[in-house]
Amino acid sequence: MVANWFAGEGDDFRLLGTRCTACACVFFPREDGFCRNPGCAGGELAEVPLSRRGRVWSYTDGRYRPPAPYVSDPELPWEPYTLIAVELEAERMVVLGQSVPGVSVADLEVGMEVEVVQGVLDEDSGTTWTTWHWRPVAVGA
Amino acid sequence: MTAEVAVLGAGMHPWGKWGRGFVEYGVAAARAALVDAGVGWRDVGSIVGADTVRGGYPGYVAGATFAKALGWQGARVASVYAACASGAQAINTARTQILAGMADVVLVVGADAAPKGFFRPAGGDRPDDPDWLRFRVLGATNPAYFGLYARRRMAVHGDTLEDFAQVKVKNAAAGALNANARYRKTVTAEEVAASAVVADPLRLLDICATSDGAAALVLSSMEFARRHGAADPVRIRAVSTVTPTYPTTVLDLPDIATDSAAVVAPADGTFRASIARAAYEEAGIGPEDISLAEVYDLSTALELQWYEDLELCGEGEGAKLLRDGVTAPGGRVPVNTSGGLASFGEAVPAQAIAQVCEVTWQLRGTAGARQIEGARVGVTANQGLFGHGSSVVAVR
Ligand SMILES: [Zn+2]
Repeated sequence: MVANWFAGEGDDFRLLGTRCTACACVFFPREDGFCRNPGCAGGELAEVPLSRRGRVWSYTDGRYRPPAPYVSDPELPWEPYTLIAVELEAERMVVLGQSVPGVSVADLEVGMEVEVVQGVLDEDSGTTWTTWHWRPVAVGA
Repeated sequence: MTAEVAVLGAGMHPWGKWGRGFVEYGVAAARAALVDAGVGWRDVGSIVGADTVRGGYPGYVAGATFAKALGWQGARVASVYAACASGAQAINTARTQILAGMADVVLVVGADAAPKGFFRPAGGDRPDDPDWLRFRVLGATNPAYFGLYARRRMAVHGDTLEDFAQVKVKNAAAGALNANARYRKTVTAEEVAASAVVADPLRLLDICATSDGAAALVLSSMEFARRHGAADPVRIRAVSTVTPTYPTTVLDLPDIATDSAAVVAPADGTFRASIARAAYEEAGIGPEDISLAEVYDLSTALELQWYEDLELCGEGEGAKLLRDGVTAPGGRVPVNTSGGLASFGEAVPAQAIAQVCEVTWQLRGTAGARQIEGARVGVTANQGLFGHGSSVVAVR
């Protein structure tokens, strides 16, 4: 679905972006076509892992079932998920993601440290779609 | 500073959930605007439609669709899409045609028949579309982004849920006085607090609904207006349609991440602030000249953000401006005298045009029970998905 946005297992799990070899700008989701820095004539775009940890820029949740293409089973009661926007210091960028299951807005504060972990977006009989989740560092193992 | 164009006519179809097609709403609004202008449809040299993406081909070719419905008469035609900024781009297309001498009188129309519930991306598997991706990968609806902005304001500026609720109270009171509004009941802070949470910390009554509705304007050259007997019409002095500046540092619809600011330093101010700044610069006016503003209150919290982006107050002072009554009727700069999206709901291609309709009526002094005393300069502010700015300055 979204090829090569993340890689690795356990402590090696990372979001993957790309970096322009000419101007060093980093892009996530990965930009493979062209450097989007208006001051750059354009360079090769090389894959680069993003910082594993960042700080909460803001957060919210979804109390109502989002429409397709989000996948959820309409037969099951809706379980709200939490969204966290995380500021990565080295990249100076904010990356949105769902939290690990079980973390609610009551567990979060702006500025709190979180780390990226592998998670499951959804699964059917044949396929499991993996994704990234943000997990508060203080909560995680 | 550019030359001005005259607003000869303004019209709307009332907003609501009427269950009919967008063409019907648009034609009603167009006819109302033509009557208001005292201009016959055959005298219109150009028609510009703001596109709706939900109507199939007729929606994608809105200008021609409205022209056919009104009766083909050979006018120039254009159709524009810029998401929520479509209406402003339609106005700007009309304005540039007038200023270029391509047309004397231009009809601008935006209309929509919105689906129920959350807005969603177009169908199909389209992983190259950021709007599709944010739903598929994150389930991030529009209210999710509004919730993120609201929580961020609470953390950084100390805004409270009560502040947000008071925006709804203010706008609902204005909407109750507006026959074109969908919601015409006053709302209390208690009612906002008692409504269901949609995207923490925002509740149902903090977030605007989706609506059917339409708005239209008849614009002309100043020379035509004079010949037509309109010696002192409301005039459009600026239309801002700016794009963002790389790197954008505020997470925004429909993106999953901001640009990185590690290598290239961000510009002063945010994209939203740059929308207003461009309009002010083009109009040759400043925030101190503004009599009233129509801003894009997709959420109550976002209205407070616009106060700051329009430089009606300093950064972080939006809630104070509201608490001090500055943006209420009778205040120094009443905001959303129409009732705003809080009272209208979203009809995407129509809303930026509807903002200019309200400003027009206010500047003419014909806004009835909503009338602001002595309004001379009005500004609108709006923002379209995918980096479309939208702000119009009108004067009298
Ligand atoms: Zn580059």
